[in-house]
Amino acid sequence: MINLTIDNSPIEVAEGLSVLEACKQAGIKIPTLCYLEKIQAIGACRVCLVEIEGVHDLVASCVMPVSEGMKVSTNNRRVREARKVVVELLLSEHDGDCQTCDRNEDCELQNLAHDLGIKELRYEGEKALRCKDNSMVGLVRDSAKCISCRRCVTVCTAIQSVSALFPQSRGFKTTIGPAFAQNLDTVTCVQCGQCAAVCPVGAISERDQTDEVWAALDDPTKTVVVQTAPAIRAALGECFGMEPGTLVTGKMTTALRRMGFDAVFDTNFSADLTIMEEGTELLTRLKKALVDKEDVALPMFTSCSPGWIQFMEYFYPDMLPNLSTCKSPQQMMGAMVKTYYAQKLGKKPEEMFMVSVMPCTAKKFEAARAEMNSSGVQDVDVVLTTRELGKMITQAGIDFQALEDSEMDAPLGLGSGAADIFANTGGVMEAALRTAYELVTGRELPFDNLHVTPVAGLDGIKEAEITIEGTVPAWSFLEGVTAKIAVVHTLGNARKLIERIRAGEASYHFVEVMTCPGGCIGGGGQPRITTDEVRKKRIAAIYAEDEGKTLRKSHENEAVAKLYEDFLGAPLGHLSHELLHTKYTEKERV
Amino acid sequence: MSDGLKTTCAGCSDVDEQELMTRLDEVLEEYKDNSGGLIPVLQIAQGLFGYLPENVLRHIATGLNKPYSEVAGVVGFYSFFSTQPRGKNVVRVCLGTACYVRGGKQVLDSLKKELGIDVGETTADKNFSLEVARCFGACGLAPAIMINDDVHQRVKPARIKQVLAPYYEKEDA
Repeated sequence: MINLTIDNSPIEVAEGLSVLEACKQAGIKIPTLCYLEKIQAIGACRVCLVEIEGVHDLVASCVMPVSEGMKVSTNNRRVREARKVVVELLLSEHDGDCQTCDRNEDCELQNLAHDLGIKELRYEGEKALRCKDNSMVGLVRDSAKCISCRRCVTVCTAIQSVSALFPQSRGFKTTIGPAFAQNLDTVTCVQCGQCAAVCPVGAISERDQTDEVWAALDDPTKTVVVQTAPAIRAALGECFGMEPGTLVTGKMTTALRRMGFDAVFDTNFSADLTIMEEGTELLTRLKKALVDKEDVALPMFTSCSPGWIQFMEYFYPDMLPNLSTCKSPQQMMGAMVKTYYAQKLGKKPEEMFMVSVMPCTAKKFEAARAEMNSSGVQDVDVVLTTRELGKMITQAGIDFQALEDSEMDAPLGLGSGAADIFANTGGVMEAALRTAYELVTGRELPFDNLHVTPVAGLDGIKEAEITIEGTVPAWSFLEGVTAKIAVVHTLGNARKLIERIRAGEASYHFVEVMTCPGGCIGGGGQPRITTDEVRKKRIAAIYAEDEGKTLRKSHENEAVAKLYEDFLGAPLGHLSHELLHTKYTEKERV
Repeated sequence: MSDGLKTTCAGCSDVDEQELMTRLDEVLEEYKDNSGGLIPVLQIAQGLFGYLPENVLRHIATGLNKPYSEVAGVVGFYSFFSTQPRGKNVVRVCLGTACYVRGGKQVLDSLKKELGIDVGETTADKNFSLEVARCFGACGLAPAIMINDDVHQRVKPARIKQVLAPYYEKEDA
């Protein structure tokens, strides 16, 4: 332990902490900008300056380790003035059109200027060069707002191992972006949006598509249907000042109806449908491998996360056959709304307008993929992020917190608890096991409260083995088989796992991959800023939602069963193949 | 590595590109497990090709298993690296602090006027390229310029013609 004094109060902290972390323990909030807890501490922005006795210059507290007897002063005139000047200088080159900025009232730079008491802009200078990058479906960039904090570079490189972004050039001309300041479409960007999730200002954001949705809602010739992903219900409340992890499923449904959507459906429904298709696909692959001794691609990887899909297309195209051919729940819902549901209404696919609310920026790209036109038109017309929906609810003048709860519409609004947990890392695996194990053995999954705890939680790579015993006759070939599973989140962890598989150091039957840290609850389109603490709260909310339901297994979803009976036939049947499955294409790695 | 630092004129090289790429592959093989290998490889590559064309940079990124964005970022950071073909003689004017306060800017203006080109450009006869640099580590000799590997000290704007003269002669020889 280290003893030091912070603002004249003695404190004992663990060795190896930074002064910033020690101050946090002492209950002192040091302003930061480039710092990201546990991810980036580089002392680049100089906002977290403190004074240390005996040290000539002020130091950046995020990179200064504590030492015995250190005397830290965090709040004196010199420190306050220095921090103020640092932010004033940042503002001097920053594009300051706050009123029309996407991040107005949700901007760390704006907040800092306010908190530090900046009342006038004393420095006038050259502004950062404005280059707008509109090359991506999911993301837009504006270099004039960038403050070169490098948060996006670190998440893109260290967390996602995609490395699309890096500081280019130097000095005042430094821009953050792809090689030679080109657009994102020239590189292997997978549009996960983690850059947008950590950007403190308005330099990287999702493409705003709220106007397209208002236009559809205003169009009397369109039947406008909305689906909401499982992760939205545990985060949307944050857009209205509610605590992270507040479940707002019922309020969200009411709000969507008030906004004018003709039907409010649940991506949970199609998550259950995914389990039926993907579970059957896995069991079919296992039968081919174990009984027919066919050469079949194992492990099978989940395919719900569009950033992950693009990652595979760019970096591991030889393993594309390992991806489940199942479309993501979003796309399954789109295909069902514009075929099955449209037929029920007596409408044509082109008269339907499908809006998705997703915690994700890559979903915007996924919806626009050429393969996603099973109904004859684009199956999902517009994807909104959680943040965009929050803005629309505000624009509609709805007092969100005061809303009554309501239920989603039948038939595609019914979802199981297994579908809820699609929102977090380990959830798709657990949902699949709840169904597959019961299908194969006729018994419930033998875990406490149905939770596969070895693959839950925020560890990056999680593994488990389940020995299958007491199989029903149809699945007797699985008797005694030990199913090896793995769950990873973040593309960096996915890459590590793939390299281990390729090196022969690990082998699995089934692997769940989610692109974003913590899974969809930590997606690139969620309210900012998502820390591990926020992730844990959202995950707890999702598990609570699951546990609060009687319906907790995908195969018990009656609406899904009815869909098979009335329309699809059987899982992996002809129509399923046509509407619910897809293919992947190798993309040139640039 | 010293041969790699020499600036070669792309225009007058008779070695075909395939041969240069083979040489680059040998260099990449040598440096691929060296975590600090990027900058030496870039220096050698620039020596080989005269500049750093895009296909070479992509090749280096693949060979060293580094993101192309990072390779480009490093190239863009150091003024010694050029992604454009350059003239036979590269004139670099130091605008580091010492050179700047001792008149580096005036030296640069004089060079621009004399050569009739701006920073980053090459004369029509491909004899000179003009670049700006930050500190050669020759602050005691400020203002300094480098022409190829030669450092010229205490350069006076009025005497630029004389400084450049030998490099015209070389071409004539």
